[in-house]
Amino acid sequence: MTEPAPLLRVRDLKTYFVTGRGAGTARAVDGVSFELFPGETLGIVGESGCGKTVTSLSILRLIPEPPGHIRPGSYIEFDGRNLLTLEPPDLRAIRGNRIAMVFQEPMTSLNPVFTVGDQVAEAAIVHQGLSRAQARARAIEMLRLVGIPDPETRVDDYPHQLSGGMRQRVVIAMALVCRPQILIADEPTTALDVTIQAQILELLERLQAELGMAVMLITHDLGVVAGTADRVVVMYAGQVVETATTKELFAGPRHPYTEGLMASIPRLDRPAERLYSIPGNVPAATHWPTGCRFHPRCPHAWDKCRSEEPPLLDTGTSGHSARCWLITEPQRRRPLP
Amino acid sequence: MLRTWVSLIVLFAGATGGALLLRRRWERTARGRRFFRHPTSTTGVAVLAFFVLVAVFAPLVAPYDPAAQPDPVGLQNRPPSWLHPLGTDLYSHDILSRVAYGARVSLGVGTLAMLVAVTLGAVVGAVAGYMGRWVDAVLMRLVDVGIAVPRMFLLLMAVALWSRLPLGTLIVLIGVTGWFGTSRLVRAEVLSLRERPFVDAARALGARRSRVIFGHVLPNAAAPLIVSAALGIGHVMLLEAALSFLGIGVRPPVASWGNMIADGRDLLTTAPWIALVPGFAIASVVMALNALGDALRDALDPREEAT
Repeated sequence: MTEPAPLLRVRDLKTYFVTGRGAGTARAVDGVSFELFPGETLGIVGESGCGKTVTSLSILRLIPEPPGHIRPGSYIEFDGRNLLTLEPPDLRAIRGNRIAMVFQEPMTSLNPVFTVGDQVAEAAIVHQGLSRAQARARAIEMLRLVGIPDPETRVDDYPHQLSGGMRQRVVIAMALVCRPQILIADEPTTALDVTIQAQILELLERLQAELGMAVMLITHDLGVVAGTADRVVVMYAGQVVETATTKELFAGPRHPYTEGLMASIPRLDRPAERLYSIPGNVPAATHWPTGCRFHPRCPHAWDKCRSEEPPLLDTGTSGHSARCWLITEPQRRRPLP
Repeated sequence: MLRTWVSLIVLFAGATGGALLLRRRWERTARGRRFFRHPTSTTGVAVLAFFVLVAVFAPLVAPYDPAAQPDPVGLQNRPPSWLHPLGTDLYSHDILSRVAYGARVSLGVGTLAMLVAVTLGAVVGAVAGYMGRWVDAVLMRLVDVGIAVPRMFLLLMAVALWSRLPLGTLIVLIGVTGWFGTSRLVRAEVLSLRERPFVDAARALGARRSRVIFGHVLPNAAAPLIVSAALGIGHVMLLEAALSFLGIGVRPPVASWGNMIADGRDLLTTAPWIALVPGFAIASVVMALNALGDALRDALDPREEAT
């Protein structure tokens, strides 16, 4: 799957938020780097508050400023240009046209006062200047593409007349109307029930194959990643802690955080017992722990972990790296309880 | 005279019938049912429609030229009679004719001035609410100043600059001094709307800022805006009446309901119909607009949409 030229290259992305009254600066995304290759699905996984959503919003520069700002030195390359230094008109020409986004909540990311047809066609009107009739025809075509039955009548429905799954299909149709090269899907299935989740993921997979786009799938659900992603980036505390192909990652996670995430998934091939949960919570983004940011919750941590921050270390398998000192000192590993 | 009676009856029947027909058609939709749930809204629609029709067909309704003074001595302050159904005033003007033509001025001034005010208020409120920061601070301090200075005083000051105020200028002046409340209303609405995810979604689609504000955010504030406009027309009509009453609004011989009341104020004990007829017209229209405003508020409230 890995091809030589990445479509999107994120280098050392730092997005900080200045919080009120001396609480300090929240380093929500703190030096994140990854690449997205044409046609692949990249899963970005992590708990709430680990910086997944902020990373995705930073790519399209949708971070509210202030309080947020992207630190100088961050670099997001798309199509040979740094998205972070683009002038607003150039940036708008990319948003929705070449990089599109699907938001978490289909209930609220649709505008209640417009018909779904109006909203699906919006990006095409903005970027391609379609006429009313053309926009309507395009909207119907897109609704059909995302599997909405009877699109000729549905196009005039308002969002509140649709079910949750249908709304998420509409949101996807909105994002895809200009045939973007990259689709960023931020927890696209979280607000849906499980059967609908599966349908939406299948839909995304089918559309990706049909349209040949790259998908950045942001989720907290490793199960979703296992089913759909080609490669995975695991985030913790504003950093990438492990990255590998999906196969590699599930065969042998190297970071204790990833191991913890996997141990906390119920499995069919093991006897039912109490599920593992990683002790503690994600620390506050204003006060990340020193050394390895995972050490307070890590079952293997020793002195070095508390004082020295590990870099992303190569595990020896190509494309698999983890931010953990265990890679250099595997004898320190203790068996999980 | 026959023409007057026939047209009045036709217009009244038309207004009532139109209101009932509208009700029958609208009651098929949830929104229409909420609108007509109010017992007063059908009457409100009928009353408003009647006065609008009278204004539009004033030449048919009015038995005489509203500015004609056929007999300033013999026809002064006559009570209602067969030839002058609503009596005559001090200058022997026919009151029915003047009320009919005055409807054009009063309703026209009210509607146009309200359009000016609502447009300004919506634009300023939406920009202030969406942009926030210093833009918001500057615009809202401006609004504070506008609200702090009494409106009548602003208008009197402006009137002092013109010796004879053209009607168009009066409309603009009333509009320009009347948008402060609307802008606050819209700003408050936009402040909460701009945090809604569909705003981010619109930005992620590549819409420019003006398109996000006026194409995506503001339409969501349409309900309170329409309600405030409906209530505002009544308010502006009262203001025009007050200005005309003070002799600085619409000037004779052009008839407006306000300056008609002014004409009759000294004769309230001897010839009460001169002031009562236009007073009744103003009161009816304002009450009808208030009823409509209340019904619209219920009909357009998106919170009721889900139920």
